[in-house]
Amino acid sequence: MHGYVIRRLLATIPVMCVVGIIVFLLLHLTPGDPAAIIAGDYARPEDIARIRAKLGLDQPLHVQFFTWAGAVLQGDLGTSIFSNLPVSKLIAQRLEPTIALSVSTMIFAILVAVPMGIIAAWKSGTWIDRSVMVFAVLGFSVPVFVIGYILMYVFALQLGWFPVQGYKAIGDGFWPFLSSITLPTVALGVVYTALIARITRASVLEVLTEDYIRTAKAKGLDNTGLLIRHALKNAAVPIVTIIGIGMALLMGGVVVTESVFNIPGLGRLTIDAVLRRDYPVIQGVILVFSGVYVFVNLFVDLTYAFLDPRIRY
Amino acid sequence: MTFSSIDMTAIAPRPSVAARVSDYARRHPTVVVGGGVLFLMALIAIFAPWIANDPMKLTPVNRLKPPGGVYWFGTDFLGREVFARTIYGSRVSMMVGGAVALVSVTIGLAIGLISGYVRSVDAIVMRIMDGIMAIPGVLLAIALISLAGASMMNVIIAITIPEIPRVVRLVRSVVLTIREQPYVEAAISVGSPLPKILIKHILPNTVAPLIVQATFVCASAVVIEAILSFLGAGTPPEIPSWGNVMAEGRIYFQVAPWILFFPGVLLAITVLAVNILGDGLRDSLDPRIARSM
Repeated sequence: MHGYVIRRLLATIPVMCVVGIIVFLLLHLTPGDPAAIIAGDYARPEDIARIRAKLGLDQPLHVQFFTWAGAVLQGDLGTSIFSNLPVSKLIAQRLEPTIALSVSTMIFAILVAVPMGIIAAWKSGTWIDRSVMVFAVLGFSVPVFVIGYILMYVFALQLGWFPVQGYKAIGDGFWPFLSSITLPTVALGVVYTALIARITRASVLEVLTEDYIRTAKAKGLDNTGLLIRHALKNAAVPIVTIIGIGMALLMGGVVVTESVFNIPGLGRLTIDAVLRRDYPVIQGVILVFSGVYVFVNLFVDLTYAFLDPRIRY
Repeated sequence: MTFSSIDMTAIAPRPSVAARVSDYARRHPTVVVGGGVLFLMALIAIFAPWIANDPMKLTPVNRLKPPGGVYWFGTDFLGREVFARTIYGSRVSMMVGGAVALVSVTIGLAIGLISGYVRSVDAIVMRIMDGIMAIPGVLLAIALISLAGASMMNVIIAITIPEIPRVVRLVRSVVLTIREQPYVEAAISVGSPLPKILIKHILPNTVAPLIVQATFVCASAVVIEAILSFLGAGTPPEIPSWGNVMAEGRIYFQVAPWILFFPGVLLAITVLAVNILGDGLRDSLDPRIARSM
């Protein structure tokens, strides 16, 4: 067990190294002079030279990489070209809305999807099951910004229940915060809910055919106990796996959702940086997102052993 | 053939092609529905110039007209027909979806075959794939386009790169199972060269799962293209793609929601059709995967 934890922890190192190399090389693999790309189409030669010197682009590639990687490992993600502020500071400023949105989406999706999947599996073949499956396919297909605008139109513009756009920090009061984050959470949560509901249904359905479920039924266990104590517990591994895999989906979705609902989070920071070609910021944001993804999946892998003691490593 | 002695007439006659097609359609209605809608979208994309007027034509007098009358889907802030722009937008989505599916499956297949079979390559290739997969695909694509510049070609490349690892993993897992099969061992023992083993014995086994994977890649590519264009880092703004039309409609959302609504609905229908087709194909091509999925 301890051996597995250590091996799994060590396995994240090569992945993060590859991520680092890709993020570093992004700028160098694209055709053209990196400094000229960053400076934009209307830059004067001295601007380009200034950027080149500032980013150390005049040095050999491997020197640049190790300088950059060394700084990153010490938490220094570089300096924004546009605002001249440290990238880590810019990211820290935008962290709260993104974390709030991601966490609320995760909670929303799990709270809705898991019961949905269990009921669909339990009532397998009925209209309840079929409507859950229709929702799962539909929810997975409608892009997040389409859902976002539909929700905004109905619940903000027509009914006026929620603010149209914007974000209220949790420090400004819980209800304004909740109200500002409800529509984005639902919009972003639909894809995730569809995905988790589908997997939950499939894995619970499989567990329900097991002998011990029949035994549990025979000894007179009621349905709630049966579904929660036996079925859900044994169906947990695939559900947790999909939550981890879905992280990538969630992160891509956060960027879009923040843009639709005008939430000043990491997604907005990324889009602004992309439009301004603020390369150190783009690098920093991608590194942070990828790091979170790797960490969440590490956590997911480590919980397997806890969820299913049969798994031996 | 040693089986020539079997009396073929004793076996029920092979049903006609039409009968087999209708039987397949009855057992897999989702393939027919998804494929049909997708085929219709392809027709719309191909025949766009015959279906709709010029999507670029400005009629400033008729700005932000709601749907109705001559303007089926209304007009945008420059008086351009939303209907024409939406119809033409299907061209971008179809092209990007098809191209990304084709390219990522081809490259992924090649890498996956070699990686699954040649152990020394495997470890390095898979670490690189893990690394690419750890970067959210949308972000990687945005970064690539912001650096390489907006063009159809760059959009296709930028969406393809994050999709490749998924194909590689799939192909590799198939290869790892197949290479232990007795008939592959037999081929090795009689001295078949490696390329022959890969192409003749292993490749055919990857076809069914790859077709299914290609549909999901296609659906994902259509969504990501729309997202990139919507965020302003995708298809060049002068080309009417669904994402671009929606992006232009954003600031007029409160007064003219139809600019966003129609491309959004078509986008959703297209992605839905591809996903339904993929689900149906998975059920029909790979019976080992439970129908419950």
